[in-house]
Amino acid sequence: MAGRAVTLIAAALAAAILLLLAAPLLALGLRLGAFSLGPADLAAIRFTVTQAALSALVSVLLAVPVARALARRRFRGRETLVTLLGAPFLLPTIVAVLGLIAVFGRAGWFSQILALAGLPPVPLYGLQGVVLAHVFFNLPLAVRLLLQGWQAIPAERFRLAASLGFGARDLFRHIEWPMLRAVLPGAALVIFTICLSSFAVALTMGGGPSATTVELAIYQALRFEFDLPAAARLALVQFLLCAAAFALAGRIARPEGFGAGLGRTGAPPAPGGIVRVLDAVVILLAAGFLLLPLAAVLLRGLPGLASLPPQVWQAALRSIVVALCSTALTMAVALPLALAAARPGRVWPGLAATLPLASSSLVLGTGLFLIALPLVRPADLALPVTMLVNALLALPFAFRILAADARRLDEDHARLARSLDMPGLARLRYLILPRLARPAGFAAGIAAAFSMGDLGVIALFATERELTLPLMVQQLMGSFRTQTAASAALLLVVLSFGLFWIFDRWGRHHAAA
Amino acid sequence: MLRLEGLDLRQGTFGLRAEWDLQAGARLAVIGPSGGGKSTLLSALAGFLAPEAGRILWHGQDITALAPGKRPVTMLFQDQNLFPHLTIAQNVGLGLNPSLRLTAADHARTEGALERTGLAGLGGRRPAQLSGGQQGRAALARAILRDRPLLLLDEPFAALGPALKSEMLTLLEEITVRAGTTVLMVTHDPRDARRFAPLTSLVADGLAHPPQPTATLLDDPRPALAAYLGKG
Repeated sequence: MAGRAVTLIAAALAAAILLLLAAPLLALGLRLGAFSLGPADLAAIRFTVTQAALSALVSVLLAVPVARALARRRFRGRETLVTLLGAPFLLPTIVAVLGLIAVFGRAGWFSQILALAGLPPVPLYGLQGVVLAHVFFNLPLAVRLLLQGWQAIPAERFRLAASLGFGARDLFRHIEWPMLRAVLPGAALVIFTICLSSFAVALTMGGGPSATTVELAIYQALRFEFDLPAAARLALVQFLLCAAAFALAGRIARPEGFGAGLGRTGAPPAPGGIVRVLDAVVILLAAGFLLLPLAAVLLRGLPGLASLPPQVWQAALRSIVVALCSTALTMAVALPLALAAARPGRVWPGLAATLPLASSSLVLGTGLFLIALPLVRPADLALPVTMLVNALLALPFAFRILAADARRLDEDHARLARSLDMPGLARLRYLILPRLARPAGFAAGIAAAFSMGDLGVIALFATERELTLPLMVQQLMGSFRTQTAASAALLLVVLSFGLFWIFDRWGRHHAAA
Repeated sequence: MLRLEGLDLRQGTFGLRAEWDLQAGARLAVIGPSGGGKSTLLSALAGFLAPEAGRILWHGQDITALAPGKRPVTMLFQDQNLFPHLTIAQNVGLGLNPSLRLTAADHARTEGALERTGLAGLGGRRPAQLSGGQQGRAALARAILRDRPLLLLDEPFAALGPALKSEMLTLLEEITVRAGTTVLMVTHDPRDARRFAPLTSLVADGLAHPPQPTATLLDDPRPALAAYLGKG
């Protein structure tokens, strides 16, 4: 579908993305003065890398038994559980944190069980809290990646192993380990990269000199100390970290299957006995770890939902408007780029759409803050900048969802559209929108939920009058209004999932037969 | 008249040359072995493949650089001739107005074309609800409405059974004779060529041979053709 008009639009958008990513960096660079890292900066870097590495390691190691159990067992609710593994992606960070505190915190369910056994509660804040929250978000991602790896092993391989009399150890060594060796590094690196720019989790679970990430340090430098050179220095450090991880991730080749198989039928039955019991325990533990915090938010939030103060509803409305605007922006950029990327051999649209991954919310926010500072009151820009940054950060995901279908559309129908001389707008209305409605609805849903739940750049700028709902929840938690916080968090979850559901349903409804 | 002037087509390492004329209103079968370049030739005529050298002229006018939709050409592909999510009436209506802004008169003409192709009353259906033969007819109905003087067929009926195919050829003949359309039809089957096309061009060994009377060519095949037909 890449007509000349689409290519031109996409090229202009790619240039705009580049500018939006580069201008903040330039502004940071100009503010820098001398670049020397103090002990606090080094501590923040060390903590950032340590917690990201630990989070990645723990997530992928725990994911191995869970993915194996899910791959070889069939039970009622398995499909639902696998679908639920996608839910943390839509879940606002602050809500998950609230749920985790309700389960694992000092007064949480887990501590109460420990108390019954006469044990003291596990301290939640600091490194272990940050890692716990990151594992909560990324264990499901790791399980999904590994599950794909397991399912890509042809059933014939397992059958052959069974006929050769392989024991569990041989099976692991000859079939499962080669797959894991190919999939694990990529999965770990993805999670490491995500955790590098952790802000909301560090803000709520970390803090203090010993548990401050670089993103959090940027926020503190800007918000509390108003030390612009320090913020600029830290933001550049953060950018270097992200960009390095991004470049590294590009180098690790994605695993490409493990030989062709004729289908899943004919795989030998999974081992029974104690192994079967262990698999069940693993699945139950994983499901509990994911579902209990959500259940806690639901149980604690429900009673106060009707009596939420008006400020919470105002914040909710603000968040919805920001989410809808940033979703519109993301889609308006992702669609032309995906269409332009459909031409074989053309890589620049994909690169432009993925590049925001090399930056971070607070880096972009700090840069834009510095640019805007002489011109306007930063608080006036809080919502527009949040919208823009959210749109940029959702772009890589929206693009990836659209690109495959856009390519198929081009292969199947571009020839006929050209031979009929359909003009661009007619192609958009009669061909592109109906054929891409389903992935577009899904991508818009992801972008909307992501923006709805985002707690990043907004924290840099907002005053009382620009609070979004996630920031409101965080402030309520900070002032120990636990009940109101839980209810606002529940509202936030409902709105995030609701927006996703509406967009996704729109896409399914309008999807062409 | 269609004139191929020193035409040199390249696709990767594959090359095909053509240098000949075809009278307006003629019906030409294009036959030859698979991979011989039949589809390549039609792609170039339809505007999907820019020639390395040479020109394509229609009634003396150079159309080599025209976009596919601007050429005096309708092409029926091997597959994907209909958009699966549009109705049959919309698919056919695209032949009148590619933006699908159709007047009442246009709707009447669409219905008329559906009637002529035996699809009366099926305009509201989607392609998947039609049989393979009916889908071919819908593509022909659109070709009627487009009313371009050149019709290129890249084996659009290859997947149909013998009886259905014969029916389609009859319909095709009736439509194109009435409109005076010049037809180039790729086929694997020498019987189709005898039946439908007074002229045949053999495409083999990197060359699209000039058109020859079909009967003469098939009765007394040259070595390349004999090898393809399995005679001699």
